[in-house]
Amino acid sequence: MADIRLIEIKEEIFADNDRLAAEIRDRLRAKGVLMLNLMASPGGGKTSLIVQTLRGLKDRVRTAVIEGDIDSIVDAEKVAEEGVPAVQLRTGGACHLDATMVEMALREINLDALDLVIVENIGNLVCPAEFDTGARRNVMILSVPEGDDKPLKYPLMFTVCDALVVNKIDYLAVADFDTTLLKERVLKLNPNIRIFEVSCKTGEGIPAWVDWLKEGVTTFKKSGS
Amino acid sequence: MHELPVTENILKVVLRHAGEARAARVVGISLRIGELSDIIEEWLQRYFDYLSRGTLAEGAVLRIERVPVIFRCEGCGTSFPVKVREVRDILCPSCGGGKASLVSGREFFIKNIEVI
Repeated sequence: MADIRLIEIKEEIFADNDRLAAEIRDRLRAKGVLMLNLMASPGGGKTSLIVQTLRGLKDRVRTAVIEGDIDSIVDAEKVAEEGVPAVQLRTGGACHLDATMVEMALREINLDALDLVIVENIGNLVCPAEFDTGARRNVMILSVPEGDDKPLKYPLMFTVCDALVVNKIDYLAVADFDTTLLKERVLKLNPNIRIFEVSCKTGEGIPAWVDWLKEGVTTFKKSGS
Repeated sequence: MHELPVTENILKVVLRHAGEARAARVVGISLRIGELSDIIEEWLQRYFDYLSRGTLAEGAVLRIERVPVIFRCEGCGTSFPVKVREVRDILCPSCGGGKASLVSGREFFIKNIEVI
């Protein structure tokens, strides 16, 4: 029998994706455009948060939206109604967005006229956490009806995000949801994460979130990080 | 849920290295995947068997080492394993501190391949 040779590889499984994501980050940094990757479960309120955010940023931050959510021409229409450029990715049954898909969408956008790109990822708390999209900020939504135990079930998602938006706090009165316990769990997994409590329905908490994003855009323009 | 693209990537990287090494056949592939990844190991091998048909890597066995989730205490610097899906509190076993940061568990890595 022939000798077996061992070849050391030591390569990331998603090396190609990671390379393209890094290229996207470089390109956007050169243009001074901050890209935000928004992740959540289906029905968590991604589109609602985007619409509220666009209203909060109106006339101050030039924004475009990449819609990756499955079958969501509806979402792109809602975003377009806010008067910002929206690109719809046809993702079919894909469970996540990756750098290749985001790169395709970015080609449709005039980056010179922008400060911020918001990517609406596919509704899923598992797969999107594993793929670098080239975004500079990763943000997730957890909505109150989903329960405060989600950090135990989807720990990776909570560790990759820069901010957590707890949405639908208007449900707190009727939900068995312990916000203090949730925050403890999340901060243990990720001590640096920023947590915002909002209701896209009533608008409560939205200004603090919008201010954080505006600050992020300003800082990014100055320092590139 | 995305075992198929994962497997496609593994095969692509493996075939590139096997080609560069002028190997006749790939018999084993060692992977390091963090416990935080929800990948299902059985599916990886099944998809790999399907995708690798007719290539140098047909029949290769995937050996998957799961890397435990390790936190390091920000107080005293002790590293300790954590079952993140079970525990509510991540407490340092040595000083009892509650502030710790993740040091491993997110790996997604091809370590080496065995070829003939």
